Amino acid sequence: MSDEDPGLSEPHPRIARIAPGRFTLSLPLPERMLLRSLLPELKHLVETRDPTTKRLFPTAYHDNPELEQEYRSLMGSELANGRLVAVSTVLATIDEQELALPALERWMDVINSLRLVYGTRLEVGEDPPVLQPEDPDASAYAVYEYLGWLMDQAVRAMTEDLAGS
Amino acid sequence: MAVAPLAPTEVDDPTGSEDYKPDRPWIVIVWNDPINLMSYVTMVFQKLFGYSLEKATKLMLDVHQKGRAVVSSGPREKAEFDVARLHAHGLWATMQHDV
Repeated sequence: MSDEDPGLSEPHPRIARIAPGRFTLSLPLPERMLLRSLLPELKHLVETRDPTTKRLFPTAYHDNPELEQEYRSLMGSELANGRLVAVSTVLATIDEQELALPALERWMDVINSLRLVYGTRLEVGEDPPVLQPEDPDASAYAVYEYLGWLMDQAVRAMTEDLAGS
Repeated sequence: MAVAPLAPTEVDDPTGSEDYKPDRPWIVIVWNDPINLMSYVTMVFQKLFGYSLEKATKLMLDVHQKGRAVVSSGPREKAEFDVARLHAHGLWATMQHDV
């Protein structure tokens, strides 16, 4: 037996606001390990502009190819760099118990970017998919759902902070 | 809304391009997508545009129920700045001339 709490017995909030601009990050070790393992994947996908990152780089001018080209050359690398900076911040703070507002914003950026990539890969639609446990997409979908659960807590904490400032 | 010029002026526009008429504002549209959380979209509208929770929620519901909502407007530079900030937050935003 292990005296380490796996943190899976009862869900406690992972992210919560404790003071203006200050947030707790109460992630059980397995979840920190999972998130850490997803960071190099996201970095690689962004750097190579993998097709599953298309939602991270949406079209700005859908009726004007010339202006769209200009927008992409101006903003494309900035949008990519923003995600890479966020990945670095999350990696640097992955073991923290508390986050300041700017770090939480980077965490949200990474969690949401991962959801967009996984959701694109899984072709998520408005209705939840019907998956069997043996489906090859089942584990990816579990990660997607977990990220959504985490994201919701980050959004609640941030919304509370916006209202309180 | 556009501001009318003080006096009629001759405008030399050999291209006839619609993109260079300064008096037609651009609008920024956010489109529905099945991945971004509704609560997140509302929060992004509050954070980026300083909208109240009420206004941000109404815009989010328009996106969700009608498929799209106009979230800001103005000169091209401002609209492009807003689009880029929405893209940085993972939202599906486009811009076009107001009609």
